[in-house]
Amino acid sequence: MLRKARSVFWLAMFPVILLLSGSLSPVWADEKADRRYQVNMEPGVTAVGADIFSLHMLIFWICVVIGIVVFGVMFYSIYAHRKSRGVTPATFHESTKVEIAWTVVPFLILLGMAVPATSTLIDVYDTEDAEIDILVTGYQWKWKYEYLQDNGENVSFFSNLKTSQEEIYNTDDKGQFYLLAVDEPLVIPVDTKVRFLVTAYDVIHSMWVPELAVKKDAIPGFINETWTRAEKTGIYRGQCAELCGKDHGFMPVVVNVVERDEYDAWLADKQAQAAEIAALMEQTFTMDDLMARGQDVYNRACLACHGANGEGGVGKAIAGSAIAMGPIDGHFDIVINGSRANAAMQAFGGQLNDVDMAAVLTFQRNAFGNNMGEMVQPIDVYNYKQGQ
Amino acid sequence: MGDHHHGPAKGLSRWLFATNHKDIGTMYLWFSFAMFLVGGAFAMIIRAELFQPGMQLIRPEFFNQMTTMHGLIMVFGAIMPAFVGLANWMIPMMIGAPDMALPRMNNWSFWILPPAFLLLLATMFMEGGGPAFGWTFYAPLSTTYAPPSVTFFIFGVHILGLSSIMGSINIVATVMNLRAPGMTYMKMPLFVWTWFITAYLLIAVMPVLAGAVTMMLMDIHFGTSFFSAAGGGDPVLFQHVFWFFGHPEVYIIILPAFGVVSQIIPAFARKPLFGYDSMVYATASIAFLSFIVWAHHMYTVGMPIAGELFFMYATMLIAVPTGVKVFNWITTMWRGAMTFETPMLFCIGFVVLFTIGGFTGLMLSIAPSDFQYHDSYFVVAHFHYVMVAGAVFSMTAAVYYWLPKWCGKMYNETMGKTHFWISFIGFNVTFFPQHFVGLAGMPRRIPDYALQFADFNMMSSIGAFIYGASQLLFLYNVIATIVGGKPVSDEKVWEGAEGLEWTVPTPAPFHTFSTPPQVR
Repeated sequence: MLRKARSVFWLAMFPVILLLSGSLSPVWADEKADRRYQVNMEPGVTAVGADIFSLHMLIFWICVVIGIVVFGVMFYSIYAHRKSRGVTPATFHESTKVEIAWTVVPFLILLGMAVPATSTLIDVYDTEDAEIDILVTGYQWKWKYEYLQDNGENVSFFSNLKTSQEEIYNTDDKGQFYLLAVDEPLVIPVDTKVRFLVTAYDVIHSMWVPELAVKKDAIPGFINETWTRAEKTGIYRGQCAELCGKDHGFMPVVVNVVERDEYDAWLADKQAQAAEIAALMEQTFTMDDLMARGQDVYNRACLACHGANGEGGVGKAIAGSAIAMGPIDGHFDIVINGSRANAAMQAFGGQLNDVDMAAVLTFQRNAFGNNMGEMVQPIDVYNYKQGQ
Repeated sequence: MGDHHHGPAKGLSRWLFATNHKDIGTMYLWFSFAMFLVGGAFAMIIRAELFQPGMQLIRPEFFNQMTTMHGLIMVFGAIMPAFVGLANWMIPMMIGAPDMALPRMNNWSFWILPPAFLLLLATMFMEGGGPAFGWTFYAPLSTTYAPPSVTFFIFGVHILGLSSIMGSINIVATVMNLRAPGMTYMKMPLFVWTWFITAYLLIAVMPVLAGAVTMMLMDIHFGTSFFSAAGGGDPVLFQHVFWFFGHPEVYIIILPAFGVVSQIIPAFARKPLFGYDSMVYATASIAFLSFIVWAHHMYTVGMPIAGELFFMYATMLIAVPTGVKVFNWITTMWRGAMTFETPMLFCIGFVVLFTIGGFTGLMLSIAPSDFQYHDSYFVVAHFHYVMVAGAVFSMTAAVYYWLPKWCGKMYNETMGKTHFWISFIGFNVTFFPQHFVGLAGMPRRIPDYALQFADFNMMSSIGAFIYGASQLLFLYNVIATIVGGKPVSDEKVWEGAEGLEWTVPTPAPFHTFSTPPQVR
C-alpha cells in the first residue's frame, strides 16, 4: 500500500518536479536522496507506528474514493449540464430521502473508522511495563535526557544542535544531517519498551521522532508519559514540534537505537564518565586547559544568544561586559542562577557541571578582549554554590 | 421619502461619521483588503526565507514575528472584517431592511478596528520586537517569556474582540427585527442564515478570548499564576481556554463562506439551492459541534484517554453536516444550466479545495494518526485549504458577484477568469507540497529546515509568489471596474440571481427599502 500511495503522489507531482529539478535544481547535493521526494508518512520501526501508518492509509484511501465519487459527479455535471449545451435547468430542490441517505451513510463510514482508531489510541496510551525510564526535559533550545536508575547514579546529559552557525548562515557547506545532528544523541536499546517522562524547564516544547511514533508535549511543571519500542537499530531523527521561541527550529531530537549489550556498555561508560567528572572537580586546571574547554562549552551553551565573538544578539554582549569584567560573584550569579529580569538568560547551574562552569566563566572573562587574566577553578564554583 | 432624507455627507465626514450600512460595509471591505495585502506581504517574507535551507534574509526571531503577525492579521484583520463588511452591505438588502438595526454602534465597531491593528503592527517597532509566539500565543511563551510589547498585543486583541461583539449584536438585532413582512426565518437567504448563526458564535466565544488575554495580562503584570505551574496554575489551561474560543472561531470564518457559496452556485446553475432546510440545519449542527471539539487541537498535551476519545468522536461527527453541505451544492449544480463566470469559478474552486481540506481535517481528527500530523506542515496545508481556498476564495467570489450591484459597473470578465486560474494554480503549487513535507516530518513554524525538504519548499515558495501576485491583479480589476467599468443598469445583473438585493436599482442607491417590500 505504501509503494502504491507513493507512486500515486509521485505521478501526480511528476511534471512539476521535473520542471523544477531541471531548471532550479539546488546546488547543495542532498546525500540522503531517498528522502528527498518523500511524500508520505513512514511506518517507522515500531508496531504502534505501523498501526498508525495503516490507519493513516485507510482513511486516506477512503477519502480518495469519496473524492473520486463526489468530484466525478460534479465534473460530469459541469461537463453535461452547462447552458452552452442548450439544456433547460431542472427545478427540483429537495428530497428528504436523499438528505437522510447522505447523513446516515457517512455516519456509518465514520463508525468504521472509529473502531481501529480507538484500538490504536489505546496502544499509544499504554505506558505500562516499560523496562527503561528516561526523563526528557525541553530547554530553550536543547534537550536534557536523564536515565532514571533503580540502583546506581542516574546518567544525565544535554543534547545540543551540532550544526554550526556557519552552515546555518551559509558561509559553510551544509552537512548531510543539516539541522538534524546533535552532539550527543539519546541512546536506547532495540526491542525494549522505553518510557519517556516528558517535561520542560521553561516554555512548552514537544518531543517528536516520526520513525519511533513518538510525539508528546513537554510542559513546564507537568510530566507527560509516552513510550516506544524500536524494532530495528539505527539513528532516528526528529525535531521539536511546538513553537518554543527563537531557536525552535534548531533543537533536534536524535535517538540512537542500539543492541542491548551495546546499550549496557554505553550506560556503564556514561556512569564512569560521571565518576570522572567528580574526580576532575577536585583538580586544579591551567589557564590553557580552562580556555580550551571553556571555548567548547561557550560554543554549545552561550553562542546562540551571545554571538560567536561575544558581540551579543538575543543576549547581551559579553565582550566588554560589566558582568564578565566585574566582580566574580556577580558573574557566578547570572550564569548559575539566570537573570530575574530576563527569562531568556537561563540558570545554567543545573545544566553545566562545575568543571564546565569554571571553564566557561574563565573563557568569558578572558576571551573577546576581556583579558581579566584570572582563572575560575571547579572548586570556586563548588564553593559559590555551597555558599548561597 | 421625506425631505430630510438625502444622499451621503460630503468629504471625510461621510466616512468618519458614517451610519449608512453600505458606506460602513465599503469601509470594512477596503480595510480588510488592505490587511489582506499586509498579511500577504508577511507571508511573502516567510516564503522567501523558506525558499532555500539556511537563513538568508531574516533572523529566526523576526521569522517568528512574521508567522505570528501573518496569522493574526489574516484571521482578525482580513477574513473576519471582510465578511462583516459583506454582512453590512448584503444583510439589509437581502431581508428588505432599510439599514442595520444599530447604525451608530455599526460606525463604532468599524472605527475601533484601524487603531487596534495600528497598535498591533506598531509592536514590531518596539523594543524586543512584536509578538513572536504564534497566532495561538501559548503560555508561557506569551507570558513569562514574551517581549514587553505583548501588553499592547493584549490591548489590541481586546479592542478587536469588542468590535466583533458589537458587529455581531448588530447583525442579530437586524435579522431578528428588521425582516420585511413575509420574510420568515425559513425564507431568509442562506447567507443571512449563516451569518445569523455566526453572530451567535462570536457573541459566545469572543468574551472567552478576552478572558484568556486578560489572564495573560494578570500573569504578566499583577503576579497571578493562571498559566504557571510554579504558582499553582497550568500552561495547558491556556490552551483549553484559547481553543474553546479558537475552534468556534474557525467556523466563524467558514460559515459565512458557506453562505456565499450557497447564494452563488444556484445563481449560475439557474436552479434553486438543493435542500435549503437541510443546509440551515447543517449550519446549526456545525455551530453546535464547534463547541465540543476544541481539544482536538491538543491531542498531544497529555489528556486522559477518555477525553481524547470524546474529542475524537465529536470531531469526526463534524464530517456529517459538512458532507451534507457539499452534497447539496453538487446536487444544486446537477441538471442545472450552468455558466462559468468568475464568481462561479471561484465557488467551484471553493467546493473542490475546501473538500480536500475537509478530507485532511477528517484525517487529523483521528487522534492516533494526529500524533504524527500534529504541529507538522500537514496541518499548515490543511488549514490553508480551508482558510484560503475556503474563506478567501468565497470572499473573492462574493466581490465579483455583488460588485456590479454595488457600483453599477461590470468588472472585466477575462481579467476575472485569469485571476481565478492564477490563484487556483498558485494556491495548489503552494500548499499541496506542504502535505508531503509535513508527512515526511517537517514541523511547522520553523525558519529553516533539513535538506530533504528543500525541493518541496522551493516549489511552495514559487507557488506563494504566484498566488500573491495574482491578488494585485484582483485589486487592479476592482479599481478599474469602479473607475471605468462598463455601466450596468439591469436590476438583476445575473440571469439566474434570486433575492431581494436584485430587486433594487443598479447601482444600489444610498438608501434602499425605505418602505419594506412584501415577501410572498
